[in-house]
Amino acid sequence: MAGRNMEPKKNPMPVQPPEERRRNFSEVALGYTPEQAASEAARCLHCKNKPCVEGCPVRIDIPAFLERAAEQDFSGAFQVLSQASSLPAVCGRVCPQETQCEARCVRGIKGEPVGIGRVERFAADWQAAQGEKSPVPPRAGEKAPKIAVIGSGPAGLSCAGELAKNGCAVTIYEALHTPGGVLVYGIPEFRLPKDIVRREIEALEELGVTVVTNAVAGRSLTIDELLEEYQAVFIGSGAGLPRFMNIPGENLKGVYSANEFLTRVNLMKAYEEGSSTPVQRPRRAVVVGGGNVAMDAARCALRLGAEEVSIVYRRSMEELPARAEEVEHAQEEGIVFRLLHNPVEIAGDENGWAVSVKCAQMELGEPDPSGRRRPVEIPGAFAEVPADCVIMAIGTSPNPLLTRSTPGLETQRWGGIVADEMGRTSRKGVYAGGDAVTGAATVILAMGAGKTAAQAILEDLEGARNEG
Amino acid sequence: MYRILKKEALNPTVTRMVVEAPLVARRAQPGQFIILRVDEKGERIPLTIAGYDREKGTVTIIFQLVGASTMALGRLEEGDFIQDFAGPLGTPSHTQGLGKVAVVGGGVGCAIALPIAQKLHQEGAEVHAIVGFRSKELVILEEEFRAASQKYILMTDDGSAGEKGLVTTALEALIQGGEGYQQVIAIGPLVMMKFVSALTKKYSIPTVVSMNPLMVDGTGMCGGCRLTVGGKVKFACVDGPDFDGHQVDFDEAIARSSAYRSQEGRAREEHCNLFQKEVSG
Repeated sequence: MAGRNMEPKKNPMPVQPPEERRRNFSEVALGYTPEQAASEAARCLHCKNKPCVEGCPVRIDIPAFLERAAEQDFSGAFQVLSQASSLPAVCGRVCPQETQCEARCVRGIKGEPVGIGRVERFAADWQAAQGEKSPVPPRAGEKAPKIAVIGSGPAGLSCAGELAKNGCAVTIYEALHTPGGVLVYGIPEFRLPKDIVRREIEALEELGVTVVTNAVAGRSLTIDELLEEYQAVFIGSGAGLPRFMNIPGENLKGVYSANEFLTRVNLMKAYEEGSSTPVQRPRRAVVVGGGNVAMDAARCALRLGAEEVSIVYRRSMEELPARAEEVEHAQEEGIVFRLLHNPVEIAGDENGWAVSVKCAQMELGEPDPSGRRRPVEIPGAFAEVPADCVIMAIGTSPNPLLTRSTPGLETQRWGGIVADEMGRTSRKGVYAGGDAVTGAATVILAMGAGKTAAQAILEDLEGARNEG
Repeated sequence: MYRILKKEALNPTVTRMVVEAPLVARRAQPGQFIILRVDEKGERIPLTIAGYDREKGTVTIIFQLVGASTMALGRLEEGDFIQDFAGPLGTPSHTQGLGKVAVVGGGVGCAIALPIAQKLHQEGAEVHAIVGFRSKELVILEEEFRAASQKYILMTDDGSAGEKGLVTTALEALIQGGEGYQQVIAIGPLVMMKFVSALTKKYSIPTVVSMNPLMVDGTGMCGGCRLTVGGKVKFACVDGPDFDGHQVDFDEAIARSSAYRSQEGRAREEHCNLFQKEVSG
């Protein structure tokens, strides 16, 4: 084994300098060199009880892949990764490792944890750069069970990958014209290059997965129709309809949901010359919300040329739900954080365009049921923030298309699909996972749910075979 | 990829296309729409379904050349392919159980109104079609409307065909003449739908309008198609496109429809110039 690296800090991730990257859509983090990746991997202590694995929703054997990476056997490292994960190049970039695997790392007690995500990213990119395909298991035979997957986001891709590896014939139905779900319409190019998503989907297609685009489940086809042709259906349809605040002025021109703004920019490539999809080039943009989606929208607005972009959030920095790294990157790029501000009205000009956001100023009161201190308005204290573009990034509510068209599919009161911890719904043969079940969460949690549901599908198929 | 089986010009700026799209055709209903992308770099544009043949797996669309995307679509010929074609989207129009209905169509909106008139006609309703155009050269679907209605009234702005005047004038005359409509269905430019709704409100006749706002995905995800109906925010793609005309905030919808007008105008000019060069060269 290579010598252990006892440096208390992670090898720093090379990045594009903030003053350059704030005006381009190229990836911010540039990735390790092979030496940096091996050196970082050598920081792993190879604990016997592997606490990091417990922190990973898809249970990657982290010490095993780090061991190979430390020996510069990156192909071997990739093999370990791909046994558990269908999308290692994606997860290495967008997983919140700091609250998952890295949060459990023993090295984190007296220094920084091992940069697990950074090494994962390196191994996946290294494998892709070799141009050699990972060994492909035999394609599903004629008698293979046929499974339909609705949605090609992280939940659907992970479910499809797991099923295909286990000999199922999987067809993914995607409503949009390009597969990838939130990985292509939501997460921007500078955080997750779309070539990488395409590569991961191609890898699934090599496993025998079929992807049908422009197929809107609940409209073009129903779950009951699919059940006639397939032995099981997995629903990974994602988060759904954007929420608005229901404040005056929200339907002015220049006011977007984060979904719309990000879709125009990321999926439709509105920032590129030659794209026929228009998007406003904001001068002063206000993004309402404090999650990762808000950070993505703010940084996109900046890259479209905005002079000033601010995040308006009703709590303080401490409660900001976005990943620390995203907040840091946004700050470095010059995004202004207007904390303890809550929009109450958007003012417009005579042509119906937004001109400013009136915000109530807030202070933190007693903790609410979520344990976070509740923001309360300071009576009479308001701030007027000039803005020709206002982006609402305050979450989503479930899409009713599928549940309305599927009799007997139980939903929560708030509209999410009811599923047990294995992803089984109230309908036999119908499974669900990801944001459609939990409400807006992370890529890796959706992937974990997709993988778990795939295991449930395999178990239930096996059970049915034994009974029959 | 979706093959264009048939293409014909209905007037100098309005084209009808029959497209091979079995997944759309099998569940399509009047009042629903599709979203298409002409090519790899194309934007997603919503177009209402103007007809369908489930057996042949085809869907008919009728569109007006208004921007760069519809112009690019208009340049495709029979045998060519449309990159993407998704649907059916939106909630089908409600037609069942209606007795006497006035179907009011304006301009290219008539293409959307026709399948609804046809369905009503098939279901045994008495259909009065009132259609309006700027002038004689722009009149479309006259035969089809006549075949699907008991009464057909053609209005033009300049009087070059049918009666001179607006559809609202004709509708009001019919109402005052004692035609007791159970419902009015108005499909056309926002301004037309606004004034038809204002008129029928005066006479307390339930009125349905078909909204066609800007949208991106058409499945509820973007919220770009939102409008205010009865003081509440609705998404045209999921809750509509049909809404109660007496409840729609038309002024807001009109303002929102112009969000990208300057960018569209620029794109149109660039394309027109290109086109002229091709012609003269």
